[in-house]
Amino acid sequence: MIPNALPLSLTDNPRLNQWVAFPEVGTVAVRTGKVELGQGLLTALMQIAAEELDVDISRIRLTSGDTDVSPDEGYTAGSRSVELSGGAIRLVCAEVRALILEAAAEQLGCDVADLAMEDGRVTREGAPTNLDYWMLAPHVDLGRQATGAAPAKAPTRFRVVGSDVPRRDLPEKVGGAPFIQDLAPADLLHARVLHRPRIGARLVEIDEAAALKAGGGVVTFHRSGDVVAVIGEDEAQVLAAFQRLRERARWEGGIDLAPGDAEAISLLDRPTAPDRVVERGTLAGTAAARRVEATYSKPYIAHGSIAPSCGLARFEDGRLTVWTHSQGVFFLRASISKALSLDIQAVHLLHHQGAGCYGHNGADDAAFDAAFVAMARPGRTVRVLWTREDELGVAPFGAAMVVRVSAGLDADARPVDWTIDIWSPTHGSRPGMNGAVHLLTANALEHPPVDPPPADVPDGAGGGASRNAFLLYDLPHQKMVHHFISAPPVRTSSMRGLGAITNVFALESFMDELAEEAGMDPVAYRLSLMSDPRARAVIEAAAEMSGWNEEPPEGFARGFAFSRYKNIAAYMAMVVELSVEEEVRVSRVWCAVDGGLVINPDGARNQIEGGVIQAISWALKEQVMFADGAVSSNTWETYPILRFSEVPRIETRLIGNPNHPSLGIGEVSQGPTIAAIGNGVARALGARLRHLPLTRERIMAALLEG
Amino acid sequence: MALEIALRVNGEARSVTADEAAPLIHVLRNVLGMKATRFGCGAEQCGACMVLMDGKPTYSCSHLAIDTAGKNVETAECIGTHPLYDAFLAEQAGQCGYCLSGILMSAKALLDRSTSPSRDDIVSALDPHLCRCGAHERIIRAVERAAATLRGEAA
Repeated sequence: MIPNALPLSLTDNPRLNQWVAFPEVGTVAVRTGKVELGQGLLTALMQIAAEELDVDISRIRLTSGDTDVSPDEGYTAGSRSVELSGGAIRLVCAEVRALILEAAAEQLGCDVADLAMEDGRVTREGAPTNLDYWMLAPHVDLGRQATGAAPAKAPTRFRVVGSDVPRRDLPEKVGGAPFIQDLAPADLLHARVLHRPRIGARLVEIDEAAALKAGGGVVTFHRSGDVVAVIGEDEAQVLAAFQRLRERARWEGGIDLAPGDAEAISLLDRPTAPDRVVERGTLAGTAAARRVEATYSKPYIAHGSIAPSCGLARFEDGRLTVWTHSQGVFFLRASISKALSLDIQAVHLLHHQGAGCYGHNGADDAAFDAAFVAMARPGRTVRVLWTREDELGVAPFGAAMVVRVSAGLDADARPVDWTIDIWSPTHGSRPGMNGAVHLLTANALEHPPVDPPPADVPDGAGGGASRNAFLLYDLPHQKMVHHFISAPPVRTSSMRGLGAITNVFALESFMDELAEEAGMDPVAYRLSLMSDPRARAVIEAAAEMSGWNEEPPEGFARGFAFSRYKNIAAYMAMVVELSVEEEVRVSRVWCAVDGGLVINPDGARNQIEGGVIQAISWALKEQVMFADGAVSSNTWETYPILRFSEVPRIETRLIGNPNHPSLGIGEVSQGPTIAAIGNGVARALGARLRHLPLTRERIMAALLEG
Repeated sequence: MALEIALRVNGEARSVTADEAAPLIHVLRNVLGMKATRFGCGAEQCGACMVLMDGKPTYSCSHLAIDTAGKNVETAECIGTHPLYDAFLAEQAGQCGYCLSGILMSAKALLDRSTSPSRDDIVSALDPHLCRCGAHERIIRAVERAAATLRGEAA
């Protein structure tokens, strides 16, 4: 059974009417603090509400990410939204339904067991009554605290949950409905904000006259410290002025950004905080017959959202309203109010959907940019759109990492001791994390907020660099040594999977290397070290789906990988089939995933398979580059990603038991994909590539060495 | 210098005033208020802004508005009545949906030429477009489905 323990979202926001209300006859207002990032979350949450309330899904009006009305659920991150927000909505809706039926039983003078709910209307022994949610809700105290005691539905009774309900937002989006980038209220002012090309650079010279001329003589400027905004009525003029301003701006100082710093391995030359050592299990006392050690790395990578970040803001009568595609509107509200010295009650944030978001990108920074300009132009709605160059060049990056794995093996090549060393800057510099403001432009103001020293995402919150540092395999002893890099050359933060990307790549590559040491098949070796039945089930399913025991077609090689995201979310095993000529080409992928109860199987497949494609792109193509003291990979030409002609066919099997709680699947596939590619390439080449991305240059170098 | 431009947008005659340096996307979005054409990079590298000009896929982020005088421009606003619309929903061909406006226009240009495109034809037509969410395979299937509808075949 799925337990009824109150999820964190509900203990933080305990009143029923924080989640559900009936303000309008025929519809149900449901509120979530989580937001749509392109992952299809809102449809899944509507399914859960419709299921537990017994109303048609078309009656659900979901409000998301409005700091005035939504429950505060922190960040939409870590593949936890279905578990936390979905878990809260499930319990709240079940309880509301039970309370309404109790009120109906009282009015009808009958036993509540005789009553049921059909699309919001109360039925008695199958016959309609004149009662419904909307008549009864005013007579029920929905301001009471949720107890979690009302029985939620058993999976056998599900009608909406577990089915492929089409995305509720897609019909409008295919029809051209506005993303945040497309909002254009009548009083709109356009603005662009000049950003530092590197951390700490000082703006020593600008040419406002030239920019003004380029902007048709009608744009205006607003400056504070090292920040300059160009503002005007006409977007084309603002852009022209901004481009001229940027060309002629002269920057000095700041953090050194040498081309070699773009190589992950350069992390080893940087100062680290004192080592943090975490051990699990106990050393068996068996002496190692031999040792194996290998070092892997991943460079800085860019989020690369297809839309540049955007924010809108309006300051009027002492109140600031901000429209944003942030993942954490409540934290961002606190950071904006602190940086602008506004009372937090005077700041209202509203989430509006942007293009696909895969972590802490420029969304928060763009929202602050708009707020900064709005404060200088009261009474107007200011829209700041970032440039593509800033989106790829000054938004936070996914952290580079170096991972060294070392194991002592017994005579049968089974590990007797195990150490993982991780070098990484932070994976957590979102607004509010570590108590810091963490906003790009705020830090360049004349009076910047004082942020505490950087820190990584704590292990208790899933870990940053430490995410998936420990393995689920039956190892007697595992030791992690975390070398935290406190001053990386660029800003780093959370990107889909965080440390799991590199850790799973390293650890699952290493598993294949150990299998080779043992002279065993990689799948058989993994199974020999795995007792978790759900892990074994996905490993066996992926092997079976791909025909692992048969030879791949001539000219192709296969690679295998397994991981359970964060060791608490969904289980996944996968096989890739690829060929290597000058470049790696992944042609087929088989995925087996156990995510427990899946709310929307088609949505889950879309997330898993989209994650595979994104991770293929990371593995084969992506690396942030530096030149001339700035990020040089700031166009799609210099930061290429996977194209239509390069995507494989993907087959996904969802093998979870619906009686098990839902486990996050949004970030399950990235780490295994990269590891499986690494393992496939090793088989194809007979030489292992341990440093991402697996480019033509690295393949040629490996072949020459081999 | 501001100039008067007469063009057709989705078959309808329009007259707009625009600066001679203004790209077509500026005129569509900010002068005509047609926001379905999305901005992505401004450098012909992502395809989010793709429109059709006299049937040919064209990057509206760099194509000058004055060069559209006398031409017919088609934008994603016209796609609601095309079989591509239902096909994309049937295949749930998207995640965030931001790249779709441009992709739909390239797909329409392809299907206007041929209702029996091969998979390779579809991939070639869509290769100028970037999708970061990884919905590629669904998008290819949706174009195949729309082609089947245009051929009169049941989906």
